[in-house]
Amino acid sequence: MAEPILRVREIHKSFDSTGVLRGVSLDIQEGEVIVIVGPSGCGKSTLLRCINGLETVDSGEIWLRGEKISGRTRDLYRVRQKIGMVFQSYDLFPHMKVMDNLLLGPTKALGRPRQEVEAEALRMLERVGLREKAYALPRTLSGGQKQRVALVRAMLMQPDILLLDEITAALDPEMVSEVLNVVIDLARGGMTMAIVTHEMRFAEAVADRVLFLEDGHVVEEGTPEVFFHHPQTERAQQFLRSFTYASKRDKGEEQPKNNAGD
Amino acid sequence: MQDLGISILFKGINFQRLLGGLWVTLRLALLTIGLSTVLGLLFALLMLSGRRWAKFFCRAWLEIVRFMPQLVLLYLVYFGFARLFGWDLNGEVSALIVFTFWGAAEMGDLIRGALTSIPRHQTESAEALGLTRGQVYQYVLIPQTVRRLLPQAINLSTRIIKTTALVKMINVTEVLKVGQQIIGQFYRQPDAAFWVYFVIFLLYFLVCWPFSLLARRLEKRWA
Repeated sequence: MAEPILRVREIHKSFDSTGVLRGVSLDIQEGEVIVIVGPSGCGKSTLLRCINGLETVDSGEIWLRGEKISGRTRDLYRVRQKIGMVFQSYDLFPHMKVMDNLLLGPTKALGRPRQEVEAEALRMLERVGLREKAYALPRTLSGGQKQRVALVRAMLMQPDILLLDEITAALDPEMVSEVLNVVIDLARGGMTMAIVTHEMRFAEAVADRVLFLEDGHVVEEGTPEVFFHHPQTERAQQFLRSFTYASKRDKGEEQPKNNAGD
Repeated sequence: MQDLGISILFKGINFQRLLGGLWVTLRLALLTIGLSTVLGLLFALLMLSGRRWAKFFCRAWLEIVRFMPQLVLLYLVYFGFARLFGWDLNGEVSALIVFTFWGAAEMGDLIRGALTSIPRHQTESAEALGLTRGQVYQYVLIPQTVRRLLPQAINLSTRIIKTTALVKMINVTEVLKVGQQIIGQFYRQPDAAFWVYFVIFLLYFLVCWPFSLLARRLEKRWA
């Protein structure tokens, strides 16, 4: 295998002496999509936040394209220019039109010429079905539309890797797929991504590899076929069962185990 | 005299005198607003500094200002300080001290509120775009703070303009005092008081109204 684009080595992170990440390692190859799942509080979001430096790791190392990026404080912004991130909350800048949201990073952080980026932005908006919203204010957009713009904003930085932190968790159910379809489109285009999500069917569709995280450890790691259909560990089996429901007409032997464990 | 009372305003330089008084009012108000904004920014930064003593100090300041009638503060500074410290402060300087003491705390609290009302993920998503700390402030945080602050700051400013009328109580000849002098000269004219005060009312209205309109428009535009 080629040199991974991102290497995470044995990182630890605690908040107020509670260990959130306890020795997590992971490699991501160029063009690979990994999905990180696990119960809430397992450290998935913290892992992503450590990668782009929103949290500093207590120990361990993170490397991007052969360059160590953990433990920096000074030129963190240079690292972040290569790592795109989209969050759960609609985090467009409300005082700027969609286009200005899109132009801010490329023109101010990367110093690219405005006209060039604007043309590119329009093409990308077209691709996600929002060409006509280019000069609208964010507050006139639906949640799903905002998240699609946020994805375009991150992509326009031409990042080496894109981190998606539960980007559909705050959306109304009917808007989830319009956002996730954009992500699948990006994956098809060869974008390297690390995705935290609770949408299991989406995870299965988009992932090259699934990481199951619990209590700050990687408990299981594998292809989506194996992880979702033949999970190897008891913990993963329990976790996946929590997404299914027993029918009220199913009585008898098969007891629902939704709340088993814990 | 059979004239209407309003005609006395156009006798001699009466109207110019009123406008002169209005200028005293406005000069005091504008100086107060300017100083309050600068000190208010310091107040907000102190309050957000995370130091306990700073927070306590600002809270106490704000409470005093909120509960103390401005007129009492004016008397305290104008008459009290003169006796106690032997300072011979003139009325305008005393008023500037008192109103700034008041305005800085109120403005500071507004600035603090505007700054803290911006969600943390605005900062984070700006940082995630690879902007420097300075750029995050310049393009994302300050513009949003100003938008939240301006309508409220303008409302406070109109309150400051109106409150300056109190300085006539400490012998500053502002618009209200000038009006009373004019009324005194025309004591034979029974409706003089009505017309003079009515015109003063209009003058205040004309000064404050545009501010209010502006505040309302900004609030709508940026809501």
